[in-house]
Amino acid sequence: MSHEAIEKNIGLMAVLILVVISLGGLAQIVPLMFRATIVEPADGVEPYSPIRLAGRDVYVAEGCYNCHSQQIRPFRSETERYGHYSVAGEFVYDRPFQWGSKRTGPDVARVGGKYSDDWHRLHLIDPRAVVPDSNMPAYPWLAERMVNPATVQRHMRALQRLGDPYSDADIEAAFDQLVGVTELEALIAYLQGMGLEWTGQRAAASATAGGRQ
Amino acid sequence: MNQSQTYNDRVVRQFAIMTVVWGIVGMLVGVLIAAQLIWPDLTHGIAWLSYGRLRPLHTNAVIFAFGGSALFATSYYVVQRTCQTRLFSDALAAFTFWGWQVVIVGAAISLPLGKTMGKEYAELEWPLALLVAAVWVVYAVVFFGTIMRRKIKHIYVANWFYGAYILTIAVLHIVNNLSMPAGLWKSYPVYSGAVDAMVQWWYGHNAVGFFLTAGFLGMMYYFVPRQANRPIYSYRLSIVHFWSLIAIYMWAGPHHLHYTSLPDWAQTLGMVFSIILLAPSWGGMINGVMTLSGAWYKLRTDPILRFMIVALSFYGMSTFEGPMMSIKTVNSLSHYTDWTIGHVHAGALGWVAMISIGSLYTLFPRLWGVDKMYSIKAIEWHFWTSTIGTVLYITAMWAAGLMQGLMWRTFNDDGTLTYTFIEVLKRTEPYYMLRLLGGVIFLSGMFFMAWNVYKTWQSAAGRSKAIAIPQPA
Repeated sequence: MSHEAIEKNIGLMAVLILVVISLGGLAQIVPLMFRATIVEPADGVEPYSPIRLAGRDVYVAEGCYNCHSQQIRPFRSETERYGHYSVAGEFVYDRPFQWGSKRTGPDVARVGGKYSDDWHRLHLIDPRAVVPDSNMPAYPWLAERMVNPATVQRHMRALQRLGDPYSDADIEAAFDQLVGVTELEALIAYLQGMGLEWTGQRAAASATAGGRQ
Repeated sequence: MNQSQTYNDRVVRQFAIMTVVWGIVGMLVGVLIAAQLIWPDLTHGIAWLSYGRLRPLHTNAVIFAFGGSALFATSYYVVQRTCQTRLFSDALAAFTFWGWQVVIVGAAISLPLGKTMGKEYAELEWPLALLVAAVWVVYAVVFFGTIMRRKIKHIYVANWFYGAYILTIAVLHIVNNLSMPAGLWKSYPVYSGAVDAMVQWWYGHNAVGFFLTAGFLGMMYYFVPRQANRPIYSYRLSIVHFWSLIAIYMWAGPHHLHYTSLPDWAQTLGMVFSIILLAPSWGGMINGVMTLSGAWYKLRTDPILRFMIVALSFYGMSTFEGPMMSIKTVNSLSHYTDWTIGHVHAGALGWVAMISIGSLYTLFPRLWGVDKMYSIKAIEWHFWTSTIGTVLYITAMWAAGLMQGLMWRTFNDDGTLTYTFIEVLKRTEPYYMLRLLGGVIFLSGMFFMAWNVYKTWQSAAGRSKAIAIPQPA
């Protein structure tokens, strides 16, 4: 078939374009969906608790991913600074994934437990109070905004429909756990759990010893 | 004269003007967030002006509002001229214009309010994402419908590229946005974790490959020969360029995920195809640049042609840089640094914006029935501000990125890290200043353009009338 046939037939051209552009995605995306190490949780990784889910929604809404990654690469320069490198099984309940593409601030994949709740509170409200050279925006409004328990329940139901293993009882119980919680507290709860769940990693202590944040 | 005997230039004019408007808005937001990285308390306490919410607004505004409007305007113009027929449907074309403007205004409201999907360049929440899909399907109907009514047997090369861009963006947008609504302005993707990452960067990379490359190559294949008044250098190269570019681009996405939790085989596949991608990219650049053979002297007097050739040069440069950065060893240094931001802007300012600006300067006088833009001098100024602004921007980000990558991996003799994260950030500040300056200079050029377009419109007042379609004798 000469190319001229395609140049004179828009239907044929459109079909050929669709065939040609479909191959890459099919080859690279579909196999991932059937790989256990990709779609099954690593040991110890559980769906987000209601307060951490609320905090994660704040993280996404404020666009934290624009400056913070959640993906530690397997280099000594990264594991020294941030802890054990990330594995796929840690992210199976992450919708959307928040690996990020730019570090204007440091990675937060294993930030859980590295600082106190008080430090985070001060830092989120006025970053330069604790890190003078920081260029992170201040988030004073988070302390004033309350998490809406009914909204979080609705979010959990949506995740349940997508197959995340929340029971009806989990969703029922969420309401009482979220009454009177600010967005700031939820976000801190989210951050304080970052990277602590996966039991397969070497003890956080040895991974961070000598590391500098 | 019967309407079916004239071109529909109304929708082209509307999109062309909005290209200038959204260009200024999008770049202004870019300048603001560049300043926030230096002075983080610039908008202290104002949630909807915080960096994390505005950065997605900047990317969406420049890609989809500015770039998108330029693509709509030029594709509607080119498909009518090269098919010698009026757009398939005036009503549907008008729907794409107003629908697209509603999407943009919706983005400008919802993103600062923190309503986001949280995936880069795909932030719009599901009601707006649905509207995008609807507008896009209608766009495809108008574009392909027009081609089906063509009076010329051969489908011109520019239309292959526009056609591939329209079809592929539809596929990418729909697949990447599949999600479960959890409220009017909140949804969760059907994919999670590493699968979501792969889908997102398959989308993200090809938003670059098809929205920001194939679409603008369509523009190049019409407006460069038009402005140079020469035929395209090689027809055969166009064919090879087209099919290899669209086939290979789709495999390159995983290079955004090097050394992450994505399986190694996918990363390596992404790297190999990214390197191969250099060939079709440069094939296209050569085809565009060599179109000037025998007409090089025109560059001395024609700033519009200069816009196009410099755009192609930046295209060649950034499509060399891209494959280089996709080599895993290089990527281990460049990833997460400002080098990536520099690379993006070499393409976005140098290629996308400059080819659009050049094409629009060719287009505006024709749309209003005048010989040329009101002020050639202002185009000269715009050319130099664009070029200098881009060069300042990307050199600042290269230097910053290299420095960050190197400092992050520097060790002391005892095996501990030499620099804290904050020490590296502090050293970046001068480069952020230089980047801000580059951005301001580039933006200033857009005001020359707005003024020039206004004066051209004024000088043409009353003279613009529907242009007749050439009829076979």
